[in-house]
Amino acid sequence: MSGFDESMLDGADETVRVRFVVNGRRVACEVAPRETLVDCLRNALELTGTHAGCEMGACGACLVQLDGRAVHSCLMFAVQADGAEINTIEGLTESGVIADLQAEFHRRNALQCGFCTPGMLVNAQELLSQVARPSREDIRDALSGNYCRCTGYEAIVDAIDAVAKARSEAGGTT
Amino acid sequence: MDIEEAAVKARAFSYFRAATIDQALDAHARAGDDVRFIAGGQSLVPALSLRLQAPRLLIDITHIDELRGVRREGGYLRIGALTRHCEMLSEPLIAEFAPLLHAAAPFVAHPAIRNRGTFGGSVALADPASEFPAMTLALEAEIEIAGATGTRRVKADDFFLDLFETALQPGELIAAVYVPLFKADQRFAFDELTRRRGDYALVGCGMLATCTGERIDDIRISFFSVGNTPTRVKGAEATLIGSNLDAERIAAAQAALDGDLAPPDSDEVPPAMRLHLARVLLGRLLGRLKEGV
Repeated sequence: MSGFDESMLDGADETVRVRFVVNGRRVACEVAPRETLVDCLRNALELTGTHAGCEMGACGACLVQLDGRAVHSCLMFAVQADGAEINTIEGLTESGVIADLQAEFHRRNALQCGFCTPGMLVNAQELLSQVARPSREDIRDALSGNYCRCTGYEAIVDAIDAVAKARSEAGGTT
Repeated sequence: MDIEEAAVKARAFSYFRAATIDQALDAHARAGDDVRFIAGGQSLVPALSLRLQAPRLLIDITHIDELRGVRREGGYLRIGALTRHCEMLSEPLIAEFAPLLHAAAPFVAHPAIRNRGTFGGSVALADPASEFPAMTLALEAEIEIAGATGTRRVKADDFFLDLFETALQPGELIAAVYVPLFKADQRFAFDELTRRRGDYALVGCGMLATCTGERIDDIRISFFSVGNTPTRVKGAEATLIGSNLDAERIAAAQAALDGDLAPPDSDEVPPAMRLHLARVLLGRLLGRLKEGV
């Protein structure tokens, strides 16, 4: 690992090469250091399922899985994620791991415009992977950082609650 | 889209990922002013995106192994600066030997923020509304600081100087926080009052007491969201020492907050209201402490 040298200070406008595994595929992109992960995913990799909402960590629309845990992709720069494994809503959809959550959201109309939905699903998956049988209070607490501006939260909590029950009855917690 | 046209984007900066503490300190020294260390970045990135700060170099310290890990060291639990908030909930050593931090962790922001944010970063930022900086005061913790001339340990009581101002000098970083091991004769309590879960507290408080039977031998009580820094309420503490937490002494401690706290002017939460909430919270927590005594 090389140390710092002063010429690096001239590199603010230069792009650097970052490599990560996104949705199971190894990718490399050229990013400016100031480019956030959400912008990199959406613009360079054209994975537009991850939404940029408030861009300051308040709304939860940009949640992705980084090394298996839900994080705000607007609250980190793409260079920080160099070497990491990232799953976006596209990858989670493709693998089928959240198919039950998606079906339940659909069945219960737990979305209207859908802007918050990718973040809601990533966070729901995070909760259900940490807590096998969350109470409704646990679900509300876990969603406290996800804003939905159109449908309200009741149906979303219902959907997650139903999937939590179904998964725990099926004997799995993931 | 042209990045310059977008509203919430950081100014251009250079980025350096340090592998060791020495590398990070060296980079900071050679780059001069306008440099920031970045760890979890859960407060720093929004500040950069809103252009409240515009350093020319970010030094990423999250890959420095020396800053990781939680372990016992003598009478202390050494909590590495990079310990994430979510680890405060999942790490068994924290639950056993620093249960006050374990109790405070669910109140820190939201789950996804807790997955990235670091304990050392929270203490270094010293947001007066944050849970962990205030708890270092209640725990009588010591902060290990790495700098060009070596490492030094600063007591939490001497660390928080003013609004976002700490004993950290430019170019220094927090390596770890040392928390005295929780003992069998100790009790703790924590809670906060918020409008919505996950929001910054209107008032928050944590406490650690050492008891002989029912009697309080020593107690440290720390409030947050009450002023420019996390604040110990020494007047209230003094009224409780030697007591059995009877109603009269609890009332006296609540009254003592008038002298201990001077909440700032705010349209949203007037000082009198914040003081009232602090008294309510203190009464609640002392009640819980008594049940546990």
